[in-house]
Amino acid sequence: MIQISNVSKHYGAFQVLTDCTTSVSKGEVIVVCGPSGSGKSTLIKCVNGLEPFQSGEIIVNGTSVGDPKTNLSKLRAHVGMVFQNFELFPHMSITENLTIAQTKVLGRGKEEAMDKGLKLLDRVGLKAHAHKFPGQLSGGQQQRVAIARALAMDPICMLFDEPTSALDPEMVNEVLDVMTELAREGMTMMCVTHEMGFAKRVANRVIFMDQGRIVEDDSKEAFFANPRSERAQQFLAKILHH
Amino acid sequence: MSYQWNWGVFLQPSASGDDTYLGWMLAGFKMTIGLSLTAWVLALLLGALIGVLRTVPNRALAGFATGYVELFRNIPLLVQLFIWYFVLPELLPESLGNLYKQSNPLLQQFLASMICLALFTSARVAEQVRAGINSLPKGQKNAGLALGFTLPQTYRFVLLPMAFRLVVPPLTSEFLNIFKNSAVCSTIGLLELAAQGRQLVDYTAQPYESFIAVTLAYLLINVTVMFLMHRFERRIVVPGYIGGK
Ligand SMILES: Nc1ncnc2c1ncn2[C@@H]1O[C@H](COP(=O)(O)OP(=O)(O)O)[C@@H](O)[C@H]1O
Ligand SMILES: [Mg+2]
Repeated sequence: MIQISNVSKHYGAFQVLTDCTTSVSKGEVIVVCGPSGSGKSTLIKCVNGLEPFQSGEIIVNGTSVGDPKTNLSKLRAHVGMVFQNFELFPHMSITENLTIAQTKVLGRGKEEAMDKGLKLLDRVGLKAHAHKFPGQLSGGQQQRVAIARALAMDPICMLFDEPTSALDPEMVNEVLDVMTELAREGMTMMCVTHEMGFAKRVANRVIFMDQGRIVEDDSKEAFFANPRSERAQQFLAKILHH
Repeated sequence: MSYQWNWGVFLQPSASGDDTYLGWMLAGFKMTIGLSLTAWVLALLLGALIGVLRTVPNRALAGFATGYVELFRNIPLLVQLFIWYFVLPELLPESLGNLYKQSNPLLQQFLASMICLALFTSARVAEQVRAGINSLPKGQKNAGLALGFTLPQTYRFVLLPMAFRLVVPPLTSEFLNIFKNSAVCSTIGLLELAAQGRQLVDYTAQPYESFIAVTLAYLLINVTVMFLMHRFERRIVVPGYIGGK
């Protein structure tokens, strides 16, 4: 589904990604972790072309992301993305947030889009909030709406960039629960997160990044039982202590 | 101090005979409003476009927009007006130039004034629009693009609706400025409010009444604009949105 081959990226002289190679098969859930600044966000944004990269290749569902001839908007319409800061559109009601891309991008009718949006809103447990605005919801609720908004586009895979790190601790689980359910239903997911409980529950593989390199890319059992690199061991020791 | 106050002067028939001096003032008032409103609409459209262009990834477009803003912001308004009115018609192709020079002189004054005010103000509007767009969280643009919106769609549905809400207060002050700046157009003979005030002084020798009337008229415009813009601001408030990030 997602094939990342030898991807490198630099800002001027600063190397953000160095020779990254990995893949996500259909129905797989992979968790990407690593210290802050290691390039996790950059890598995941390369997957849907939000960040350009200078060398290597990324193929998503048969389409090359880096190819200048690729219609990126068309590709992105079917690759869901969830951001650290939710990024709901503040001037639109929750239902508008859920329907606008369905109608403007996929060309669905208003009613069809609304049906779909409300169904997904119900699924993330927020049906009662349909007519509110993002600013009137808690962080956890906003993030669940953001997930519903991405799902409304019938994505072939979902990208998550630290979806719970901007949340108060008591709201983390409501978001992780939605993600866990999604994973169990067979969604292909690439998740940047430090929630190791989530990784242990649903991940197929765990990727560990450091200084722009993929240092470990292992099954979750192997990763948690015995991380090979020292950096990964230190990192795990640090975050598992919490 | 033997000034003879005479508020009745406004009701006297004017020197041209077919009107009262109050009529002159009203004509100037209408001219100021007509000129400023048409220039404002143009300035908003152009300024929004140029402001957006300043934020796009395309270097050539962004560079063009920067040049535009610097050009119209840094040349004094009065100089720009003289260029539009006196210099530019000479630079037009001969046939077009002649057509312009043979047209109604009032139309010439109005056109030059309107274009001048519109472009000068559009550069200032563009700066506000650019600042508004840049003050939005960077993730908003990514969120729009990630949903499959094209870049123009992302501006249209995601960035501009919020950016415009943020810049309504500074745009209000630009809107007020355009009425004040329109007084400069009296220098090329356009009979707007300030010019009519001066004419009144020349013909009636009642300077206090004349300029008090002019001042009150500008004040009325000011208060009306502020009132309308505040109402507009309240109408577009986003529920639950607490500015910034
Ligand atoms: N636009 C940019 N210009 C220069 N450096 C950047 C830019 N964006 C990110 N970086 C740098 O790239 C590195 C990786 O960033 P990021 O992918 O956000 O890391 P992570 O998500 O793992 O914390 C960081 O050191 C960051 O400072
Ligand atoms: Mg990050």
